[in-house]
Amino acid sequence: MRRLGPLAFERRLTPSRPAVLGVSLLAILAALGTMSIIFAAYGVPPLRAYAVIIKGTLGTRFGLMEVLRRTIPLLLCGVGLVLAFRSKFWNIGAEGQLLAGAVAAAGVALFTDLPPPLLLPAMFGAGFLAGAIWGMVPALLKVRLGVNDVISTLMLNYVMIYIVEWLIHGPWKGPTMRGFAYTDTFPRAAWLPLIPRSMVHWPTLAVGVGAAILVALLLSRTRLGYELRVSGESPDAAHYAGISFLKVSLVVMFLSGGLAGLAGVGEVAGIHHKLLPPIQISLGYGYTAIIVAWLARGSPLAAVVTALLFGFIFAAGDEMKVTLQMPFQVVGVFSGLILFFLIGVELLMYWRVRFLPKGEGWTGKAGS
Amino acid sequence: MQDIVKTFPGVRANDHVTFEVRAGEVHALLGENGAGKTTLMNTLYGLYQPDSGAIYLGGKRVRIRSPRDAIAHGIGMVHQHFKLVYPHTVAENVALGLSGAPFIGPARVVERRLRELAARYNLPVDPKAKVWQLSAGEQQRVEILKALYRGADILILDEPTSVLTPQETQELFKVLERMKEEGHAVIFISHKLDEVMEVADRVTVMRRGKVVGTKAISEVDKPTLARMMVGREVVFRLSKGVCQPGEEALIVEDLHASSDRGLPALRGVSFHVCRGEILGIAGVAGNGQRELVEVLTGLRRPRRGRVVILGRELTGQSPRKIADCGVAHIPEERIRMGIVAGMSVEDNLILKKHHRQPFSRGPLLNLREIRRFAKQSIEEYEIMTPSPKTPAKLLSGGNIQKLILARELSGQPGLVIAAHPTYGLDVGATELIRKLLLRQREAGVGVLLVSEDLEEIMALSDRIAVMFRGEIMGIVPAAEASLEELGLMMAGERRAKEAA
Repeated sequence: MRRLGPLAFERRLTPSRPAVLGVSLLAILAALGTMSIIFAAYGVPPLRAYAVIIKGTLGTRFGLMEVLRRTIPLLLCGVGLVLAFRSKFWNIGAEGQLLAGAVAAAGVALFTDLPPPLLLPAMFGAGFLAGAIWGMVPALLKVRLGVNDVISTLMLNYVMIYIVEWLIHGPWKGPTMRGFAYTDTFPRAAWLPLIPRSMVHWPTLAVGVGAAILVALLLSRTRLGYELRVSGESPDAAHYAGISFLKVSLVVMFLSGGLAGLAGVGEVAGIHHKLLPPIQISLGYGYTAIIVAWLARGSPLAAVVTALLFGFIFAAGDEMKVTLQMPFQVVGVFSGLILFFLIGVELLMYWRVRFLPKGEGWTGKAGS
Repeated sequence: MQDIVKTFPGVRANDHVTFEVRAGEVHALLGENGAGKTTLMNTLYGLYQPDSGAIYLGGKRVRIRSPRDAIAHGIGMVHQHFKLVYPHTVAENVALGLSGAPFIGPARVVERRLRELAARYNLPVDPKAKVWQLSAGEQQRVEILKALYRGADILILDEPTSVLTPQETQELFKVLERMKEEGHAVIFISHKLDEVMEVADRVTVMRRGKVVGTKAISEVDKPTLARMMVGREVVFRLSKGVCQPGEEALIVEDLHASSDRGLPALRGVSFHVCRGEILGIAGVAGNGQRELVEVLTGLRRPRRGRVVILGRELTGQSPRKIADCGVAHIPEERIRMGIVAGMSVEDNLILKKHHRQPFSRGPLLNLREIRRFAKQSIEEYEIMTPSPKTPAKLLSGGNIQKLILARELSGQPGLVIAAHPTYGLDVGATELIRKLLLRQREAGVGVLLVSEDLEEIMALSDRIAVMFRGEIMGIVPAAEASLEELGLMMAGERRAKEAA
């Protein structure tokens, strides 16, 4: 216990649920507060900026749909990352896994002659597998050779970015695109249906919500989920209990990469209908999903909420660009601030603050 | 030390503790693990700042903000786990951080005075030897010399005998006598009654963060001290039925294995454990006991040799295969390995058995069965937990160990491998766990008990094997074993006549 004037600070070992929620909200508020300074620096009064953003996103049907559209890839990647982080596999490679899924979907759409009803399912299947394989490479490297997972997953993002660039500039470059670095447009049967008058490809959204529920069940109700939790919480106990680290790592990264791959399928089949430069396929969804997963604190269902939050931030970025003439990169600044504050206030969850006027002793009972 | 209070999360480790030590005495600080002895001494040594209370030295109030302050005030401490730089020589270790040591070649200057001190206090150590080559007893001497070199008038020894053989302990006591004659004050932290009775002039007993009392050693006897320490009467002898050994539960033949550093840790170990028998493995820590347990439970691959468990050849099999054959393992590092600290009591109770009936049905967990088993285990083993959903890390050491035993002893094992099962536990939990092990023996289970606590080995075992540098020095029936003989074997003397 430490004292600061009339306040007493006491450590606790497990943060309570209200503390986690309160502290997370505090971080978001602090980030919003800091954003005000950036708005002011652009010559926009902060309050007006927030009013414009809220009205432009939550105030109109179009705005709400935009939030949902951005939520879809964040949700799929985010759920996958929650799973990886629960087993302490630091998958920073959702961006590359997403692109791998986009490539596989484009390949199936452009170069196979599947009958129309099978085409979209095949694209999703191929996209999942491609993301999964791209995710299992670092898992194998880690288990067999002890390669750091953060480095290998991160670096594989760049490998995949250049594979996409090579494909659209080289072998897959569309003859009908008049020199642009795009593939040809997918056949109509490879387009995902949208909610009318919006860009929301609802099948992918449904898959995302389904994935969140399934992963939650996997973690709490299955043998595999149990082994995964044990491995994440204590590798030594897992070893002692005869749980195979190789198997758990491979399965986790198969699922985590696969879900990110599905996000890639959704983006190309739902919105772009072709393969295009990586920065146009994904606005850094794979990276932002790290924050989505971190904020969800290991709960796949909470990732639905946090993905919506960041969907809102992306949509707000569009609004800022159009109405306030601010660069879209502000979105990156804002997400960065949230992560920064989130990690910064982490410590607070482990301290209980109590008002204890001078002279009064400490009255908590020992051993509780 | 006056009215010292120190609080940690959820625990008040020192609750208005007042403690004094005089020059020229050995003052024992006695108490169970967790009584607050080490916390109090860490406060004196400047490692902790007390929440309230004051420290007086020679009648003057002092503030000790760091170990550097403590050393300046003539306080030295030898920690339970030595703070030495292993690749360096003895002299280099003593010179490290010494104020006034020359920048170039500090060790050379230190060496001469070190030899003087070593001779004066009868602490023979070669200043040029590398620390990693020294035995635990010699390393302890280095730590004591380090403190004396810095001019310690008050020397704190935290559980100094836990790493020593009985003979080394006797030598240490002679050194303490010598220091007393020179006018030093020695604070001797221990939870072993015999040692306190032997070496101390006065004793202060602590229990649950409070001082129970300070007595001259001539005023007290062992039962009195035990009562002060535990707060109730303690039975020193466990009732134990006659051993009725059955068929062999474990056969080990010529086992060789390497340590984590790749050095030979087991060098041709052979023994067997019968059903209905407890075989105790005694020895100073670090003589291959850990590696032996790891090889037997599948956590480490042997280089050579054979392991037969319950009639099945299981050499080098996986931990899961071995566990599934009916081997219970109570691991040495119970918090790091025995439980998953962040997971619930309920989840921890099915670890290692989670993949089998009835806790799993196909790929799914059987949550109802898991809950029922948790409720039953918590009741049967009296695990104190707010609920089955409580994270295991919030339980006390004794309750964590009860949880592990509840899990490992469920499903009728044929062989129990217990490594330091009562280390660091309070007397109540220790009693319970020893009783549970004896009950397994009565039920016809083979028990391999690895412990550094000779008293425990003598009280529980039917036969005692002593390990030294990866070999078995001899196996004696517990009834014929004497402390002297075991001590000699622990120091590396092979038993003349190999008993079965």
